[in-house]
This record gives sequence, structure tokens and C-alpha cells, in this order.
Amino acid sequence: MTALLLSGIGHAYLGRTVLDGVDLTVSAGEIIALVGPSGCGKSTLVHIAAGILEPLRGRVLARYARHGMVFQEPRLMPWATARENIAYPLRIAGIGRKARQARALAAARRVSLDESDLEKFPVELSGGMRQRVAIARALVLNPDFVFFDEPFTALDVALRRRMQDLVIAAAGEAGFAALFVTHDLFEAARIAHRIAVMDPRGWGISGERVIPGVPGRRSDRDVFEQVARYLSEDALFRHVNDVDERRLA
Amino acid sequence: MTGIMAALAMRTGRAGRFIWSSWAGLSALFLFCALWQAGHEAYGSFILPSPLATSHSVLQLAGERANWLIACTTVGRALAGFLIASLAGIAAGVLAGYSAAALRLARPLVTLLLGVPPIAWIVLAMIWFGSTNGMVVTTVIIAAVPLAFVGAAEGVMTRDRGLDDMARAFGADAWVRFSTLALRHVGAHVFPALVLALGTAFKVAVMAEVLANAGGVGGGLARARSNLDVSEALAWVLIAVIALIAVEYGLIRPVHAEVERWREAARPWGIKR
Repeated sequence: MTALLLSGIGHAYLGRTVLDGVDLTVSAGEIIALVGPSGCGKSTLVHIAAGILEPLRGRVLARYARHGMVFQEPRLMPWATARENIAYPLRIAGIGRKARQARALAAARRVSLDESDLEKFPVELSGGMRQRVAIARALVLNPDFVFFDEPFTALDVALRRRMQDLVIAAAGEAGFAALFVTHDLFEAARIAHRIAVMDPRGWGISGERVIPGVPGRRSDRDVFEQVARYLSEDALFRHVNDVDERRLA
Repeated sequence: MTGIMAALAMRTGRAGRFIWSSWAGLSALFLFCALWQAGHEAYGSFILPSPLATSHSVLQLAGERANWLIACTTVGRALAGFLIASLAGIAAGVLAGYSAAALRLARPLVTLLLGVPPIAWIVLAMIWFGSTNGMVVTTVIIAAVPLAFVGAAEGVMTRDRGLDDMARAFGADAWVRFSTLALRHVGAHVFPALVLALGTAFKVAVMAEVLANAGGVGGGLARARSNLDVSEALAWVLIAVIALIAVEYGLIRPVHAEVERWREAARPWGIKR
């Protein structure tokens, strides 16, 4: 069953085309990693899919009930406590204060946040804790689809790995589908069922590969060898690690 | 229940810290009084009455019920002008912050309002309204509106677009984004502007009263001047300052501390006290 269908998506900023003719399908319960060189329009695509941006061309067909989203920066409200930040989507949905508190606590437990941390403000939390709060906020509505926009790029290697494990565990437990934008092939190969590679100029999806094995059950050796194979033998991944600073806004 | 107790304890602690920190402020005030005393000893009581004599005059004035009414008149006028100016200024500022075209239209007007000295408005308002309440309140409004307007407009313009996108991703409509995100951000910008506007409101109210002999503290000042009673004049000034401090620390600062609770949490350990 299809959870998300993007067809013929195109977008332009101030007349400069950044996306054109992008087609992508995500099945229910499936995690797709969207990779591509920096500046190829991955973030724009996921913003369009999540309804933040209106696409210039094409259609977004969402067949899921609710979605959550995790951004590259935590994007927490500095004036609100961790608990209020986690409960924010519930507030938008018009759920009462009592129920919000209880559900925020449940979501915090899912990402191993301590109850004592919930009364702290974002400035009092470390970078990793803030991103945990952001993930709890994305999960608080029990979404069946989650958008991740390079969520762990700013974290150090050890912390990134723990966050990846957290997402893998949460996805395994809740069975949500996800579109996970990253430029780290190792991250993609750990978390996803399938990798979609974006064209360096944003002109559609260049190709897709199904990653052997199940997320969370692949050993580090499997992941490493798989990525090495992609980079050395598969022409699809030739431009993934290209960086063109001029295109980075 | 425990939550309420904890919240109460937190606020009591904040008030206690604030009172404790006022020792530093008091020492500055006493230094000022010492300089004042030195000036008194150098120039004599007719030019500059001593701080003690002035406080005696304040007590004497405070002993009469009628003088309390006079002080309340000024406070009432200043507060009425301040409240109207804040509401109008913030509403207009928020609208202008969302519309770049409106802001471009409003900028020269703000410069004009800020640039014309209050004294000019007082003269105009005297011609329009005579020596009435309305004249003082109008002058206060004209002097305070630009401050609130600029604060609110800056707040809306500098709001965090990232948070806006986040809220949009979770399905928030424009009203929810405004009420939960933009208003909080505007608050952070508007409060310092409101403190400034409140001071301006008191200053301008007293000035208008002096010039138009419209009663209130300014009326008292005008009377003291015509009697060449310098210590009474200084006493009225002191009363106006005390009223301003009472309103600022009794009304504006507690609201600000409550809204900006997180900023205190952001301070490193040890500087909170």
C-alpha cells in the first residue's frame, strides 16, 4: 500500500529551477533514504512533501493519516520547557492540557528522555538532548509517516549513531513509514529499506536501490561493505559525495 | 498540588533574589544622595535644598489627602495614555511587521512622530483640547506610540522562520502560528520598548501639566515654582519618580519576568543571584 506519492514535482526559487520532474513513492511502513550531493534540492523536496512549501508543479498525494517531522536543527521554542515543546503538535491539534501532559511524557519515554529533563528549557539541554526532544515531538501524535530532514548532521559521530538506533527502534516499534534525507551513505544504509539517489541538479530521481537485510539487523560489517560496493562499483552513486559550495545558499 | 507549590516557591525565590539584588541599587541611590548633599552644602538651601529637607517636604505633602489625589491624577493620565499607546502601537506594529509595504509607508511617520519634540504636541493639544485630561493623555499617546510600534514591528520581522516552518509541518494554520509563536517573539521585543514608553509617558504627562497648568503633579510643580518653593518643587519631582518606579516594578517587570522565565534559566550558574 502506498503511503506517499510524489509525481512530477518541480520547484523554483526566484526563477531558478531547483527541482524538476521528481517522482517518488513510499510504501506504508517503509523507510526511504533520499541521498544526493549537497545543494541538489533534497531539503526542498521533503519540505514540499511535508506541506511546508507549495510545489510549483506536480502533485503530492498523502495516503497516511498523520505525519511528524524532524529538522536538521532541533527548532524548539526557546521560551517553552521540553515538555511543552514535545506537546506542541498536540496543542495545534486542539488536545486538552491534561491529555497533552500525559502523551508528552509517553513520547519522551520512547526517546529515553528523563522525566526530570522535561521541565528544563532548551537552553539547559545539550545538543543531543535537544534533538531527542525534537524526535519526541515528531512522534507525539503517533504518526504513521515521519519526515527527517538531515536530522543528525550537526551531531558528533557517537551521538549520531545513538540517534540512528533510536529512530530504527522507534520505527520498528510503531511501524511508521519515513522519508529520511541525508548525505551520509552509512546513515542511509543503516536506517533505510531503500535508497533513492537524487540527480545532482535536482532533475528527478536518478535511481533507487533496495538495501539487503532489515534495518536494525544489519551488522556494521554488512553496512560498511554495502556502502563500499555502492561507491566503487555502482555508477548511480558516483556524484553522491560531490560538493559544489557555490550552490549552497 | 505539588506543581502549584513548586511554582509558588520558584516565584518567591525570584522575588527574594530581586529584593536581595536591590542592595546594589540602594547603594547607588545613597551615592546620589551624597552628591546631592554636597551640592546643597556648596550652594545653600535656596538653590538646592538638602535631601533630608526634600524628604520632609515629601512626607508633608504625603500627609495631606488632597495631594494623593493629585498624584493619582497624574498616574491615571500617564497610565491611560500608556495603555492606549501600547495597544494601538503594538497592533499597528504587528500589522506593519507582516506587511513590508505597510512598514515602508510607516517608517517616515515614525521618524516624524519621534522627531517632533513633545513640547510641540503639548502646544497643539492645548489649542485642540484646552487644559483638560484629554490634552495630557493625547500628548502622552503621541509620544509613546512610536516606541511600542517599532518594538512590535521589529519583533514580527525578526521572528524565527524555522519555527514557523516547524509549526506548518505539524499542520498549524496562520492564526495558531501567530498566537503561539509570533506573539511570544513580539513580547520579547516589545517589553523593553514598553519600559521606555512608560518612562516617556510619565515625563510627558508631568511636562504637559506644568505647561498647561492642568493639575496633577505638574500643577503642583507649577505652583511651587510660582511660590519659589524649591524644596516643594523637588518633592513633587521625587513623587513623580516614586510613582513611575512603583508602576514599572509593580506592573511591567513582574509580567516580563513571567513571560521570559526561560531567559533566567539561560544564565550560567552563579550569575542568577
